[in-house]
Amino acid sequence: MEGLLDLSWMAWTKPTAIFFIAIATLLSLMTVWEYFSPGGAPRVGLLRFETTRGDRLFVSLLGSAFICLGWLAFSSASLWIGLGFCVIYALVVFLWV
Amino acid sequence: MKMQHNKAWFMVLPMLLVVAVSAIIPLMTVVNYSVQDSFGNNEFFWVGTEWFQEILASERFHNALQRTLLFSGLILVIEIPLGISIALAMPRRGIAVSFCLVLMALPLLIPWNVVGTIWQVFGRVDIGLLGRGLSSLGIDYNYTQDVFDAWVTLIVMDVWHWTSLVVLLCYSGLVSIPEVYYQAARIDGASRWSVFRFIQLPKIKRVLLIAVLLRFMDSFMIYTEPFVVTGGGPGNATTFLSIDLVQMAVGQFDLGPAAAMSLIYFLVILLLSWVFYTVMTSLDNDSNSAGRGR
Repeated sequence: MEGLLDLSWMAWTKPTAIFFIAIATLLSLMTVWEYFSPGGAPRVGLLRFETTRGDRLFVSLLGSAFICLGWLAFSSASLWIGLGFCVIYALVVFLWV
Repeated sequence: MKMQHNKAWFMVLPMLLVVAVSAIIPLMTVVNYSVQDSFGNNEFFWVGTEWFQEILASERFHNALQRTLLFSGLILVIEIPLGISIALAMPRRGIAVSFCLVLMALPLLIPWNVVGTIWQVFGRVDIGLLGRGLSSLGIDYNYTQDVFDAWVTLIVMDVWHWTSLVVLLCYSGLVSIPEVYYQAARIDGASRWSVFRFIQLPKIKRVLLIAVLLRFMDSFMIYTEPFVVTGGGPGNATTFLSIDLVQMAVGQFDLGPAAAMSLIYFLVILLLSWVFYTVMTSLDNDSNSAGRGR
Protein backbone atom coordinates (compact mmCIF):
# COMPACT_ATOMS: atom_id res chain seq x y z
CA MET A 1 0.00 0.00 0.00
CA GLU A 2 2.87 2.30 0.85
CA GLY A 3 4.33 1.71 -2.62
CA LEU A 4 1.02 2.58 -4.23
CA LEU A 5 0.84 5.91 -2.43
CA ASP A 6 4.43 6.83 -3.26
CA LEU A 7 3.94 9.26 -6.15
CA SER A 8 7.54 10.46 -6.34
CA TRP A 9 7.89 8.75 -9.75
CA MET A 10 5.40 11.30 -11.08
CA ALA A 11 7.92 14.07 -10.30
CA TRP A 12 5.30 16.44 -8.85
CA THR A 13 6.08 20.13 -8.47
CA LYS A 14 4.02 22.80 -6.75
CA PRO A 15 3.22 24.77 -9.96
CA THR A 16 2.06 21.67 -11.87
CA ALA A 17 -0.02 20.55 -8.87
CA ILE A 18 -1.67 24.01 -8.77
CA PHE A 19 -2.30 23.74 -12.53
CA PHE A 20 -4.10 20.39 -12.20
CA ILE A 21 -6.02 21.53 -9.10
CA ALA A 22 -7.20 24.56 -11.13
CA ILE A 23 -8.39 22.29 -13.98
CA ALA A 24 -10.14 19.93 -11.53
CA THR A 25 -11.78 22.92 -9.79
CA LEU A 26 -12.99 24.28 -13.12
CA LEU A 27 -14.52 20.92 -14.03
CA SER A 28 -16.17 20.65 -10.60
CA LEU A 29 -17.59 24.16 -10.90
CA MET A 30 -18.93 23.31 -14.36
CA THR A 31 -20.61 20.23 -12.87
CA VAL A 32 -22.25 22.35 -10.16
CA TRP A 33 -23.32 24.89 -12.80
CA GLU A 34 -24.83 22.10 -14.90
CA TYR A 35 -26.64 20.72 -11.84
CA PHE A 36 -28.34 24.04 -11.11
CA SER A 37 -28.84 25.00 -14.76
CA PRO A 38 -29.08 21.76 -16.77
CA GLY A 39 -29.02 21.54 -20.55
CA GLY A 40 -25.62 23.16 -21.20
CA ALA A 41 -27.13 26.48 -22.40
CA PRO A 42 -26.60 25.81 -26.13
CA ARG A 43 -26.38 28.84 -28.41
CA VAL A 44 -24.95 29.96 -31.74
CA GLY A 45 -22.34 32.65 -31.24
CA LEU A 46 -19.47 34.33 -33.08
CA LEU A 47 -18.17 31.09 -34.64
CA ARG A 48 -21.61 30.42 -36.22
CA PHE A 49 -22.03 26.93 -34.78
CA GLU A 50 -23.85 25.71 -31.70
CA THR A 51 -21.81 25.48 -28.50
CA THR A 52 -22.74 24.38 -25.01
CA ARG A 53 -20.93 25.77 -21.98
CA GLY A 54 -18.80 22.60 -21.90
CA ASP A 55 -17.74 23.33 -25.50
CA ARG A 56 -16.93 26.90 -24.50
CA LEU A 57 -14.73 25.68 -21.63
CA PHE A 58 -12.94 23.30 -24.00
CA VAL A 59 -12.40 26.07 -26.58
CA SER A 60 -11.16 28.39 -23.81
CA LEU A 61 -8.66 25.85 -22.45
CA LEU A 62 -7.40 24.70 -25.84
CA GLY A 63 -7.10 28.27 -27.13
CA SER A 64 -5.33 29.32 -23.93
CA ALA A 65 -2.80 26.52 -24.38
CA PHE A 66 -2.00 27.81 -27.87
CA ILE A 67 -1.86 31.44 -26.67
CA CYS A 68 0.74 30.36 -24.08
CA LEU A 69 2.71 28.38 -26.69
CA GLY A 70 2.60 31.35 -29.08
CA TRP A 71 3.70 33.62 -26.26
CA LEU A 72 6.68 31.38 -25.49
CA ALA A 73 7.59 31.15 -29.19
CA PHE A 74 7.32 34.82 -30.15
CA SER A 75 7.70 36.88 -26.98
CA SER A 76 10.39 37.19 -24.35
CA ALA A 77 8.04 38.97 -21.92
CA SER A 78 6.70 37.24 -18.80
CA LEU A 79 4.26 34.38 -19.36
CA TRP A 80 1.98 35.99 -16.76
CA ILE A 81 1.08 38.61 -19.39
CA GLY A 82 0.27 35.78 -21.80
CA LEU A 83 -1.89 34.22 -19.07
CA GLY A 84 -3.72 37.58 -18.79
CA PHE A 85 -4.53 37.35 -22.50
CA CYS A 86 -5.79 33.80 -21.90
CA VAL A 87 -8.24 35.05 -19.24
CA ILE A 88 -9.49 37.79 -21.61
CA TYR A 89 -9.81 35.22 -24.41
CA ALA A 90 -11.76 32.84 -22.12
CA LEU A 91 -14.12 35.68 -21.13
CA VAL A 92 -14.72 36.51 -24.81
CA VAL A 93 -15.43 32.83 -25.54
CA PHE A 94 -17.88 32.48 -22.63
CA LEU A 95 -19.67 35.75 -23.50
CA TRP A 96 -19.85 35.67 -27.29
CA VAL A 97 -18.96 32.25 -28.73
CA MET B 1 -35.43 21.16 -18.33
CA LYS B 2 -35.82 18.24 -15.92
CA MET B 3 -32.86 15.90 -15.51
CA GLN B 4 -33.69 12.20 -15.77
CA HIS B 5 -31.90 8.86 -15.37
CA ASN B 6 -28.84 10.42 -13.76
CA LYS B 7 -27.99 7.14 -12.05
CA ALA B 8 -26.80 5.92 -15.45
CA TRP B 9 -23.69 8.06 -14.94
CA PHE B 10 -22.53 5.61 -12.26
CA MET B 11 -22.18 3.04 -15.05
CA VAL B 12 -19.45 5.25 -16.53
CA LEU B 13 -17.40 5.25 -13.32
CA PRO B 14 -15.43 2.01 -13.97
CA MET B 15 -14.41 3.35 -17.39
CA LEU B 16 -13.43 6.65 -15.80
CA LEU B 17 -11.16 4.73 -13.44
CA VAL B 18 -9.53 2.86 -16.33
CA VAL B 19 -9.02 6.14 -18.25
CA ALA B 20 -7.58 7.75 -15.12
CA VAL B 21 -4.95 5.05 -14.74
CA SER B 22 -4.17 4.60 -18.44
CA ALA B 23 -4.35 8.20 -19.68
CA ILE B 24 -4.77 10.94 -17.07
CA ILE B 25 -2.02 9.86 -14.64
CA PRO B 26 0.57 9.36 -17.44
CA LEU B 27 -0.46 12.73 -18.90
CA MET B 28 0.05 14.39 -15.51
CA THR B 29 3.48 12.79 -15.29
CA VAL B 30 4.39 14.10 -18.73
CA VAL B 31 3.32 17.61 -17.69
CA ASN B 32 5.50 17.28 -14.59
CA TYR B 33 8.49 16.11 -16.66
CA SER B 34 8.05 18.94 -19.17
CA VAL B 35 9.02 21.62 -16.65
CA GLN B 36 11.97 19.75 -15.15
CA ASP B 37 15.32 18.28 -16.08
CA SER B 38 16.52 14.86 -14.99
CA PHE B 39 19.88 13.14 -15.01
CA GLY B 40 18.39 9.82 -13.92
CA ASN B 41 18.06 8.27 -10.47
CA ASN B 42 14.58 9.85 -10.18
CA GLU B 43 16.08 13.29 -9.44
CA PHE B 44 14.49 16.30 -11.06
CA PHE B 45 15.42 19.99 -11.33
CA TRP B 46 12.96 22.80 -12.09
CA VAL B 47 13.58 24.52 -15.45
CA GLY B 48 10.20 26.22 -15.99
CA THR B 49 9.21 26.75 -19.63
CA GLU B 50 12.73 26.31 -21.01
CA TRP B 51 11.98 23.03 -22.84
CA PHE B 52 8.89 24.45 -24.48
CA GLN B 53 10.86 27.45 -25.77
CA GLU B 54 13.62 25.14 -27.00
CA ILE B 55 11.20 22.83 -28.85
CA LEU B 56 9.16 25.69 -30.35
CA ALA B 57 12.36 27.23 -31.77
CA SER B 58 13.79 23.89 -32.92
CA GLU B 59 14.13 23.33 -36.67
CA ARG B 60 14.11 19.58 -36.04
CA PHE B 61 10.62 19.84 -34.49
CA HIS B 62 9.31 22.10 -37.29
CA ASN B 63 10.56 19.71 -39.97
CA ALA B 64 9.09 16.65 -38.24
CA LEU B 65 5.76 18.45 -37.79
CA GLN B 66 5.68 19.46 -41.47
CA ARG B 67 6.47 15.90 -42.55
CA THR B 68 3.72 14.51 -40.31
CA LEU B 69 1.14 17.04 -41.54
CA LEU B 70 2.07 16.30 -45.16
CA PHE B 71 1.80 12.56 -44.55
CA SER B 72 -1.63 12.86 -42.88
CA GLY B 73 -2.86 15.21 -45.63
CA LEU B 74 -1.81 12.79 -48.37
CA ILE B 75 -3.34 9.85 -46.52
CA LEU B 76 -6.71 11.61 -46.18
CA VAL B 77 -6.67 12.83 -49.79
CA ILE B 78 -6.03 9.29 -51.06
CA GLU B 79 -7.83 7.01 -48.60
CA ILE B 80 -11.15 8.85 -48.20
CA PRO B 81 -12.12 9.11 -51.92
CA LEU B 82 -10.69 5.65 -52.60
CA GLY B 83 -12.58 4.15 -49.66
CA ILE B 84 -15.85 5.74 -50.78
CA SER B 85 -15.31 4.54 -54.37
CA ILE B 86 -14.64 0.95 -53.30
CA ALA B 87 -17.63 0.97 -50.93
CA LEU B 88 -19.86 2.21 -53.78
CA ALA B 89 -18.55 -0.52 -56.08
CA MET B 90 -19.05 -3.35 -53.56
CA PRO B 91 -22.05 -5.67 -54.06
CA ARG B 92 -25.07 -5.17 -51.76
CA ARG B 93 -26.50 -8.69 -51.87
CA GLY B 94 -25.50 -12.25 -52.70
CA ILE B 95 -22.56 -14.41 -51.71
CA ALA B 96 -20.06 -11.87 -53.03
CA VAL B 97 -20.90 -9.59 -50.05
CA SER B 98 -19.32 -11.92 -47.48
CA PHE B 99 -16.32 -12.50 -49.73
CA CYS B 100 -15.72 -8.77 -50.21
CA LEU B 101 -16.20 -7.97 -46.51
CA VAL B 102 -13.69 -10.65 -45.43
CA LEU B 103 -11.25 -9.51 -48.10
CA MET B 104 -11.58 -5.92 -46.89
CA ALA B 105 -11.18 -6.85 -43.24
CA LEU B 106 -7.99 -8.89 -43.77
CA PRO B 107 -5.45 -6.01 -43.81
CA LEU B 108 -7.03 -4.58 -40.64
CA LEU B 109 -6.32 -7.81 -38.75
CA ILE B 110 -2.58 -7.63 -39.32
CA PRO B 111 -0.56 -6.01 -36.48
CA TRP B 112 1.32 -2.80 -37.29
CA ASN B 113 4.82 -4.25 -36.91
CA VAL B 114 3.93 -7.22 -39.12
CA VAL B 115 2.62 -4.83 -41.80
CA GLY B 116 5.93 -2.94 -41.55
CA THR B 117 7.93 -6.14 -41.87
CA ILE B 118 5.86 -7.35 -44.83
CA TRP B 119 6.45 -4.09 -46.73
CA GLN B 120 10.07 -3.86 -45.64
CA VAL B 121 10.73 -7.24 -47.30
CA PHE B 122 8.25 -6.65 -50.17
CA GLY B 123 10.03 -3.45 -51.21
CA ARG B 124 13.61 -4.75 -51.01
CA VAL B 125 15.44 -4.55 -54.32
CA ASP B 126 17.40 -7.76 -53.72
CA ILE B 127 14.69 -10.18 -52.52
CA GLY B 128 11.35 -8.28 -52.42
CA LEU B 129 8.64 -8.94 -55.00
CA LEU B 130 7.88 -5.23 -55.44
CA GLY B 131 11.49 -4.06 -55.41
CA ARG B 132 12.75 -6.72 -57.82
CA GLY B 133 9.65 -6.37 -60.01
CA LEU B 134 10.12 -2.64 -60.40
CA SER B 135 13.86 -3.05 -61.00
CA SER B 136 13.24 -5.65 -63.71
CA LEU B 137 10.88 -3.17 -65.39
CA GLY B 138 13.76 -0.70 -65.49
CA ILE B 139 12.35 1.55 -62.75
CA ASP B 140 15.04 2.85 -60.43
CA TYR B 141 13.39 2.08 -57.08
CA ASN B 142 15.15 1.92 -53.72
CA TYR B 143 13.25 3.03 -50.66
CA THR B 144 16.31 2.85 -48.42
CA GLN B 145 18.23 5.47 -50.41
CA ASP B 146 15.70 7.57 -52.30
CA VAL B 147 13.46 10.02 -50.41
CA PHE B 148 10.64 9.91 -52.98
CA ASP B 149 10.65 6.10 -53.06
CA ALA B 150 10.57 5.95 -49.25
CA TRP B 151 7.54 8.27 -49.11
CA VAL B 152 5.73 6.39 -51.89
CA THR B 153 6.36 3.07 -50.09
CA LEU B 154 5.03 4.38 -46.77
CA ILE B 155 1.96 5.95 -48.37
CA VAL B 156 1.12 2.85 -50.45
CA MET B 157 1.62 0.71 -47.35
CA ASP B 158 -0.74 2.85 -45.28
CA VAL B 159 -3.31 2.93 -48.10
CA TRP B 160 -3.10 -0.87 -48.33
CA HIS B 161 -3.45 -1.26 -44.55
CA TRP B 162 -6.14 1.29 -43.72
CA THR B 163 -8.33 2.06 -46.76
CA SER B 164 -10.37 -0.99 -45.74
CA LEU B 165 -11.46 0.81 -42.59
CA VAL B 166 -12.89 3.67 -44.66
CA VAL B 167 -14.50 1.15 -47.02
CA LEU B 168 -16.17 -0.82 -44.22
CA LEU B 169 -17.46 2.33 -42.49
CA CYS B 170 -18.82 3.80 -45.74
CA TYR B 171 -20.30 0.45 -46.74
CA SER B 172 -22.16 0.22 -43.41
CA GLY B 173 -23.61 3.67 -44.12
CA LEU B 174 -24.55 2.76 -47.69
CA VAL B 175 -26.39 -0.48 -46.83
CA SER B 176 -28.48 1.37 -44.25
CA ILE B 177 -30.06 3.61 -46.94
CA PRO B 178 -33.66 2.42 -47.55
CA GLU B 179 -34.47 1.25 -51.11
CA VAL B 180 -37.30 3.82 -51.40
CA TYR B 181 -34.72 6.62 -51.74
CA TYR B 182 -33.29 4.94 -54.84
CA GLN B 183 -36.77 4.28 -56.21
CA ALA B 184 -37.65 7.97 -55.83
CA ALA B 185 -34.39 8.92 -57.56
CA ARG B 186 -35.16 6.57 -60.47
CA ILE B 187 -38.66 8.07 -60.84
CA ASP B 188 -37.10 11.56 -60.91
CA GLY B 189 -34.58 10.39 -63.50
CA ALA B 190 -31.63 11.29 -61.27
CA SER B 191 -28.14 10.73 -62.66
CA ARG B 192 -25.59 8.46 -60.92
CA TRP B 193 -23.78 11.56 -59.65
CA SER B 194 -27.03 13.09 -58.29
CA VAL B 195 -27.83 9.86 -56.43
CA PHE B 196 -24.38 9.98 -54.83
CA ARG B 197 -24.42 13.73 -54.11
CA PHE B 198 -27.97 14.02 -52.72
CA ILE B 199 -28.74 10.56 -51.31
CA GLN B 200 -25.63 8.53 -50.57
CA LEU B 201 -23.19 11.22 -49.43
CA PRO B 202 -25.60 12.85 -46.92
CA LYS B 203 -26.48 9.42 -45.54
CA ILE B 204 -22.88 8.32 -45.04
CA LYS B 205 -21.73 11.70 -43.72
CA ARG B 206 -21.72 10.59 -40.07
CA VAL B 207 -19.69 7.44 -40.65
CA LEU B 208 -17.44 9.40 -42.99
CA LEU B 209 -16.79 11.84 -40.15
CA ILE B 210 -15.67 8.94 -37.97
CA ALA B 211 -13.51 7.59 -40.81
CA VAL B 212 -11.84 10.98 -41.39
CA LEU B 213 -11.19 11.47 -37.68
CA LEU B 214 -9.82 7.95 -37.17
CA ARG B 215 -7.59 8.12 -40.23
CA PHE B 216 -6.33 11.58 -39.38
CA MET B 217 -5.49 10.76 -35.77
CA ASP B 218 -3.97 7.41 -36.65
CA SER B 219 -1.84 8.74 -39.52
CA PHE B 220 -0.76 11.74 -37.45
CA MET B 221 0.44 9.38 -34.70
CA ILE B 222 1.93 6.73 -37.04
CA TYR B 223 5.04 5.16 -35.58
CA THR B 224 5.52 1.41 -35.97
CA GLU B 225 5.23 0.96 -39.75
CA PRO B 226 7.64 3.74 -40.83
CA PHE B 227 9.99 2.78 -37.99
CA VAL B 228 10.14 -0.81 -39.24
CA VAL B 229 10.26 0.03 -42.98
CA THR B 230 12.54 3.07 -43.20
CA GLY B 231 13.62 3.73 -39.59
CA GLY B 232 12.96 7.43 -40.28
CA GLY B 233 15.34 7.53 -43.23
CA PRO B 234 16.86 8.04 -45.70
CA GLY B 235 18.45 10.76 -43.57
CA ASN B 236 15.49 12.20 -41.71
CA ALA B 237 13.14 12.14 -44.72
CA THR B 238 10.51 9.96 -43.02
CA THR B 239 11.18 10.94 -39.40
CA PHE B 240 7.67 11.81 -38.29
CA LEU B 241 6.89 13.45 -34.96
CA SER B 242 6.32 10.13 -33.20
CA ILE B 243 9.65 8.70 -34.35
CA ASP B 244 11.45 11.92 -33.42
CA LEU B 245 9.76 11.87 -30.01
CA VAL B 246 10.83 8.30 -29.27
CA GLN B 247 14.39 9.06 -30.42
CA MET B 248 14.47 12.01 -28.03
CA ALA B 249 12.86 10.25 -25.05
CA VAL B 250 14.32 6.75 -25.32
CA GLY B 251 17.36 7.19 -27.56
CA GLN B 252 18.77 10.36 -26.04
CA PHE B 253 16.95 10.03 -22.67
CA ASP B 254 16.05 13.75 -22.85
CA LEU B 255 12.90 13.31 -20.78
CA GLY B 256 12.18 17.04 -20.29
CA PRO B 257 12.34 18.15 -23.96
CA ALA B 258 10.56 14.94 -25.02
CA ALA B 259 7.75 15.64 -22.52
CA ALA B 260 7.41 19.23 -23.78
CA MET B 261 7.38 17.98 -27.38
CA SER B 262 4.76 15.33 -26.65
CA LEU B 263 2.49 17.93 -25.01
CA ILE B 264 2.75 20.22 -28.06
CA TYR B 265 2.12 17.16 -30.27
CA PHE B 266 -0.94 16.27 -28.15
CA LEU B 267 -2.30 19.83 -28.39
CA VAL B 268 -1.89 19.88 -32.19
CA ILE B 269 -3.79 16.56 -32.48
CA LEU B 270 -6.49 17.84 -30.12
CA LEU B 271 -6.87 21.09 -32.10
CA LEU B 272 -6.98 19.47 -35.54
CA SER B 273 -9.38 16.73 -34.39
CA TRP B 274 -11.66 19.34 -32.84
CA VAL B 275 -11.59 21.44 -36.04
CA PHE B 276 -12.41 18.36 -38.19
CA TYR B 277 -15.20 17.29 -35.85
CA THR B 278 -16.70 20.77 -35.51
CA VAL B 279 -16.61 21.56 -39.24
CA MET B 280 -18.13 18.22 -40.21
CA THR B 281 -20.85 18.21 -37.53
CA SER B 282 -21.71 21.84 -38.41
CA LEU B 283 -22.06 20.87 -42.07
CA ASP B 284 -24.23 17.95 -40.97
CA ASN B 285 -26.46 20.20 -38.84
CA ASP B 286 -26.72 22.78 -41.66
CA SER B 287 -27.81 20.15 -44.18
CA ASN B 288 -30.33 18.70 -41.68
CA SER B 289 -31.88 22.11 -40.98
CA ALA B 290 -31.91 22.90 -44.72
CA GLY B 291 -33.67 19.57 -45.29
CA ARG B 292 -36.28 20.40 -42.63
CA GLY B 293 -36.82 23.85 -44.18
CA ARG B 294 -37.79 22.36 -47.54
